[in-house]
This record gives sequence, structure tokens and C-alpha cells, in this order.
Amino acid sequence: MDFIFTKRAKLIFSVLMLIGFIAMVLGYATDTSDHHNRFWANIFVNGFFYFAISLGALFFLALQYATEASYMIALKRVIEGISQYIFVGSAILIVFFAAGTFHLHHVYHWMDISVMYEFVMEATMGTPHPEYMHEVTDGAIKNVKYDHIIAGKSAYLNQPFFWIRTLIYIGVWCYFANLFRKRSLLEDAQGGTKIHFKNMTYAAIFLVFFAFTSSTASWDWIMSIDTHWFSTLFGWYVFSGMWVSFMIVFVLMSIWLKNKGYLPNVNKSHIHDAGKWMFAISFLWTYLWFSQFMLIWYSNIPEEVTYYITRIEHYKWLFFGIFFTNFLFPMIMLISRDAKRQIGYLIVVGFIIFVGHWLDVYMMIMPGSLGSHAHLGWMELGMALGFLGLFLFVVFRAFSKAPISVVNHPFLDESNHLHI
Amino acid sequence: MKDNKTIYAMYDDDMTLLAGAKELVAKGIYIRDVFSPFPIHGIDPVIGIKQTRLAICAFIYGLVGLSLALAGMYYFMIVDWPMNIGGKPNDFFYQNIPAFVPISFEFTVLLAAHGMALTYFIRNWTLPGVTARNPYPETTNDRFVMEIHPSDFGMSVEDLTEELQKTGTILIEER
Repeated sequence: MDFIFTKRAKLIFSVLMLIGFIAMVLGYATDTSDHHNRFWANIFVNGFFYFAISLGALFFLALQYATEASYMIALKRVIEGISQYIFVGSAILIVFFAAGTFHLHHVYHWMDISVMYEFVMEATMGTPHPEYMHEVTDGAIKNVKYDHIIAGKSAYLNQPFFWIRTLIYIGVWCYFANLFRKRSLLEDAQGGTKIHFKNMTYAAIFLVFFAFTSSTASWDWIMSIDTHWFSTLFGWYVFSGMWVSFMIVFVLMSIWLKNKGYLPNVNKSHIHDAGKWMFAISFLWTYLWFSQFMLIWYSNIPEEVTYYITRIEHYKWLFFGIFFTNFLFPMIMLISRDAKRQIGYLIVVGFIIFVGHWLDVYMMIMPGSLGSHAHLGWMELGMALGFLGLFLFVVFRAFSKAPISVVNHPFLDESNHLHI
Repeated sequence: MKDNKTIYAMYDDDMTLLAGAKELVAKGIYIRDVFSPFPIHGIDPVIGIKQTRLAICAFIYGLVGLSLALAGMYYFMIVDWPMNIGGKPNDFFYQNIPAFVPISFEFTVLLAAHGMALTYFIRNWTLPGVTARNPYPETTNDRFVMEIHPSDFGMSVEDLTEELQKTGTILIEER
């Protein structure tokens, strides 16, 4: 069965994108923060959040292949469709990082090389390119911008290496997103088990790569915003966030498609299974959020607590609020078997924690970028809606390009008769 | 014909048993129980077994564990003997909550898990030293057995045997 991307849906998403575009233009014009940091940080919050959802989809798809799971095959095209946003999402991220490299924004403090050097030539100080140096020489004075901690990280956090890493992550992820999609369409056309078995190998390779790079990418892209701070758990925390965000989108989209009559073979058990994932990964996220928080709270080491001090001093309610929202809503409302089979419950909880996880990304990025000045206003709302429109537009276009139910897969029949 | 007759029908395949059970139930035969080495998928609604209430028990045990852990820590760490651990505030319970979470969690899981296991053992009466109640030891290996009491629905043993034979059973025994 083919998915029809209706004119009405196109119109709605275009209106959302228009709202986003207006919010971006007006936001950029009215943004009074240093280097338009608020505008750019908003681009990054939304750019990363939706990118992470598609990356979560890619990961989940690879997980299905690697474990040879059958239960989600009836919904495979939904996962695939969501993963296809990764190309657009990557482009947005690259634009954001490039803007940082060219000093259009100042979200990454370490991208400013002046913090890396202890001394500066006094004569060159007023010029656009002052001469910095590590050793004191004639005519050099102490550089007041020098940051001892950031300078110590310069072996890892320097622009060439950052770009090499970023391009590798994005390149390989996009390669696999494209590969899985192409092979899935090929499998539809030719059937058999050949592609299925080979997919398992590809998925295993991807998962190993992803295991490392999902952590390092979150250090490079998000943790380095709070340059002074570090947490070894951070990669996992971001990863669980992207996984649960994807699960929410997946559940909501599957329910929507099913209600529209597109997925005739999807029954309550599929929705129940997807709901279980949403429930379980919410706990994984909570667990990692809390583990990171508690260990830092307990040891109270100055170089570790900075992250939480900024957040608790200026954003106390939002910061703890999203923790409890993202934890308690799934916990209380989805704990019973019947609730996970009730579409209404899943939709309500899904929408609440979708916003919750958007705010979680917001909390990761904003306090580091804007200090105590971040606040939720029309710009944040408008841009979030705009990116949502873009995300849905890309995903729906991907849905419409291939049969919305897989035609050929060794486990398709098994999945169609899922019963739990 | 005595009233409290029990008929056992043995099968060598779970799917044969499931298909047979469906046919028998459609004819108004009430199947008391099925003995099997593993859970037969989809048998519960066929023979009219209700959803287990073990999950509700687990939830209650978990709540008990959580409350006990919190009450215990409140008394030990705040009321009875406030200890200064790493300079953490110890005057009020809420200030120390993060430190109490792991223990509360562990204790919740401990009570839920143990309570659930014990409830299961007691409810099924499979405690250590208790004689097994399955009629055929083979049902722990590769055989599947149905237990039927003809008196439950007023059918003669002969009629029932005839019906059972149609479902591909390998052994019918009366006890």
C-alpha cells in the first residue's frame, strides 16, 4: 500500500515551516545577545533534536537487523522513513558548526583560539588577527583571555580535528542510512533471504561504529559547549535521550498511520511493543540523567559541578521539572499492560514527553551558550514549530516514496501475526 | 461412572494440543488445565485462564519496599543519628533525597522481585520439598497433557474419549 502525502498535509507542514522561517528572520533581527548566540543556539537545539530522532531511528533499525528481530518488520518503513531525515538534519548541523568556525556565533568558546594561548604580542592586540604564543618573547604580554582549562583540552578540541571527527560521524551515519534504505527497497523488489543476512553484518558494523561515535559526537557537539565541564556519562545520556525521542515519534506516527488505514497488518501487539520501548527507554534516560546528577552532586568537585550550578541557579524549575515530567508521566501512566494497549494513553504521554525531551536538549545547550539569559520565548516556539514542519515534511516525503508496508522480508509473515 | 473422574489426554506437539483445545472448547468441553514444559502461546484465552494478577502484587510489593526504604532512611539518617557524609546536608530529608534514591530503588526491586517469586511459588505450591502436582513427569520434557473432568459439563467418559481421539492425542488415561 502506498502512502499518499496529501496536499493538506503539505500545506500544514509548509505553514509550520513558514512560521519557523519568520521566527528565524525576526529572531535574528531582534536577537541582542552576543554574536546572535540565542538565534544560533536555537538552530542547534532544533537541528540537533530532530537530527537525533532520525539517528535514533537509524540505530533502532540497525538493532532490528542485527538481532534479526521480527516483531517490528510490519512497521519497518516507518522507522526507515524517520531515519531519512538524517540527511537534512546533517546539513543543518554542518551549517551550524561552520557558522561557529567562521565566528558567526560564539556557542563554542573553544573555537576562539585566543583562549588557547598564554601570551599575546602587545603590538598586534588591536588588529583583527592578534599574534598569540605559548612562550613569552620580546614584546609579548600575558593574554587576559587565556583559559587554562580550555587550553589543556586543545589537543582534542581544536578546529581541524573537530571537523575531521564531525565529517566522519555524519558521513558514515548518512552512508548507512542510505545503504539500509536502498537495500530495503531492493529486498522489496527481489525478495529472498540474501539481503536479510547481509543486512545483519552491515547492522553489526554500524552498531559498533555508533557505540563509539554516539558518545564522542555528543562530547564534541554538546558537552564542549560547557567547555570547562566534562562527564564520562554524557554520551550515554544524550544517546538515551535520542533513543526515547525516536521511540515517541515512532509510536505516535505508527498510531497516526494506522488510524489513517495505512498499516492494515499492524495490530495492538505492535503498538504495545512500541509502547513498551517508550516506557523502558524513558527509564534508561531517567537512570542516566540521575546517575550523572547524583555522582556529581555527591562528590561536589568544582570542575564537575559547574554544569549543574549554572542550571540549578538559573533554571531550577525547568531543569528539575523536565526530569520529573519525563520520568513520572511514562512511569505512572504506562506501567500497566492495558495502558500500553490504549492508544489514548500512548498519545497523551507521547506528546508530553516529546516536549519534555525537546526541553531536555534545550537544557543541555542553552545554559552553556547564553549563561543565565536563556528564556523560552516566541523565537524558541516558532523555530521549534518550523523545524517540526521540516522534519515531518521530509519524513512524509520518504513515506510516500516506497510502499508503507514492506512487501518482501523473511519475517514479514511472522511480524504480521504478532501476538503478545 | 463415578462423578470425580479425571481424564488426561497426552499430545506430542503443542500446536496439535492448541488446535485440539480450540475444537473441544467449541463443543462445550471445559479443560481444567494444561501441563506443558513451556508456555504454549495463545492457550490462555482458549481454555479460559484469566490474566495473571502477579503484576499487581509486584506493584504492591514495590510500593511497600519503597516506603520501607524511605521510612528506614528517614529514621536512621535524619532522626536517630544524622551523619555528616562529605559535608552533605543532613538536617532535612528532602535535602538528602539524591543520596537516598539508589537505596530506595534497590530496596523496591528487592522486595518486588522476592515478593513476586515467593507469591508465585506459594500460589503454585512449588516450594522446596513439596511433591510435584503434574500428573506425568513427561510434561517437563516433551509431552503436553490436558486435564479434563467430565463431570464439569456432564459428558460421559465414552463420548469425551471419542472427542479427544479426533484431536490427535497419543494417549488417553482415566484416573
